[in-house]
Amino acid sequence: MMTIRLAAAYLASRPLLTALNATLLALGVATIAFLLLVTDQAEDRLARDAKPVDLVVGAKGSPLQLILSTVFHADIPTGNIGLEEAGTVMKNPMVASATPLALGDSFRGYRIVGTDASFPALYDAKLARGALFADEMEAVVGSEVARRHGLAVGAALTGSHGLAAAGPAHDDHPYRVVGILAPTGTVIDRLVLTSVESVWHVHGSHAPGRPEITALLVRYATPLAAAMLPRAINAGTAMQAASPAYESARLLSLVGAGVETLRWFAIVLMASAALSLFVALTSALQERRYDLALLRTLGARPATLAALTLAEGVTLLLAGVILGLALGHGAAHALGLWLAEAGSWPLTGLTWVAGEAILVGAVLAAGTLTCLVPAVQAYFSDPASLLAKR
Amino acid sequence: MLEIRDLRHDYAGRTVLSVPAWDVAQGDASLVLGPSGSGKTTLLNVIAGLATPTAGTVRVAGEEVTGLSPAGRDAFRARKVGLVLQTLHLIGVVSVRENLRLAQALAGAAVDDARIDEVLASLGIATLAGARARDISVGEAQRVAIARAVVNRPALILADEPTSALDDANCEKALALLTEQARACGATLLVATHDNRVRDRFARRLEL
Repeated sequence: MMTIRLAAAYLASRPLLTALNATLLALGVATIAFLLLVTDQAEDRLARDAKPVDLVVGAKGSPLQLILSTVFHADIPTGNIGLEEAGTVMKNPMVASATPLALGDSFRGYRIVGTDASFPALYDAKLARGALFADEMEAVVGSEVARRHGLAVGAALTGSHGLAAAGPAHDDHPYRVVGILAPTGTVIDRLVLTSVESVWHVHGSHAPGRPEITALLVRYATPLAAAMLPRAINAGTAMQAASPAYESARLLSLVGAGVETLRWFAIVLMASAALSLFVALTSALQERRYDLALLRTLGARPATLAALTLAEGVTLLLAGVILGLALGHGAAHALGLWLAEAGSWPLTGLTWVAGEAILVGAVLAAGTLTCLVPAVQAYFSDPASLLAKR
Repeated sequence: MLEIRDLRHDYAGRTVLSVPAWDVAQGDASLVLGPSGSGKTTLLNVIAGLATPTAGTVRVAGEEVTGLSPAGRDAFRARKVGLVLQTLHLIGVVSVRENLRLAQALAGAAVDDARIDEVLASLGIATLAGARARDISVGEAQRVAIARAVVNRPALILADEPTSALDDANCEKALALLTEQARACGATLLVATHDNRVRDRFARRLEL
């Protein structure tokens, strides 16, 4: 107890240096904690959103764009495909289920998806209130859409063209909310679902005999389909097939390069902090060598002096780690609030990810090792020679 | 109380301290006199168990300090010795009371604020208890150092050049306080100095 009190007093006696060292360490910890929180939640979110879908069949173009637009609802589609041609995929024996999607509009930034009853089933979404859409211009809204815009069964909503809230409005084609979905923690929470026919109706694009949809979300009937079906579609039709799992991994690897750069930057910050901590403790040791000698004259054992030096370093480390975690979580939460405001995917700082335990353990272990050098110097300091030289 | 026999300490190939025999009785006040570099501080360090002599024995209150293990010497010093040094007075970053509590804690004793208040009051510095040690004057710091040396009621008080930085008036005061406090707790007092002003105050002297 005496050791900790004295270590705290020494730290408090140099407030600026203590604050600078703790801040330097905190910045490194905060950066990595922030990256862990964001990447972990993003990966989890991507995995949960992509998991129910084995394959997306849509118009030719960028496969990543096709997945982003039809699975994550974060981009514009690559185009449309003919319903008749899509029907050939639906009938393929390697397909267990095929869910049609007709996209084009959004409600205040939340996408309106023309589909059928199999879509909420893909995400195990249950109705919290009301019923599923049955007739044209009926809509079922995801839990987040309903919460943020105070929508209840019976409410009316109108879409606007495109994904942006400011797109051209379809005020003359209001939807009537007939159901509210319970929260699922997936992308469906942020969607407005209606029938494919409703989307056709709003756009007046239903040319008799040649109806179009945006994409099909396919579930395989057999593992063999993963090897055969995409190739067959890509080579033998005017459509393209893209795998959400593959494209998600590709997306993460693209983003991962930036994340990795930031991670190295944070590691350099923390290495600087460790060096700074070492310099601070070594110079403090030099400054207070008489204090240490004095403690020895009072009967302090060499191990007590080492413990005192170590306690000072570890206190600084803990302060830096706690401050860093608070900063990292605060920044992630602030970003989450901003994203929520923008109607994007949810992110929170009020959670812990497994990587943080490793981060804290590694920082404390490396920092303690750094502090051991001055602690050993304190252990071997010789009060008698210091007093004799005085 | 203090018995020194055939004590010798060598440093860098030469003998820096040699005391064939010296005895000091319990409660006596004695002086170790000698010029700078004569080995006064080394002698105090050996008696306090801070340094190991090349040869000879030192016994304090029946305990052979020179035969103790390093940990045993630390414990002996904490419990039985009070040290007053010339300039190395206090831990500056904590309060006067904390400085005295440190001495109690290192001696393995429970914190006894009543004893601290009693000692500070007897030295006329009761009002300084809460002051940070680095904020008080040199004269006050010296009194606090004396308070810390006696707070555990040691058997032996060692004072290394306690007056060399003081003017005549304060030199008198410091010596009076030291002898008074040593007498109050029944401790043997050993003052090491090169200050000739102090010579006549002590009947027993060891000249190095």
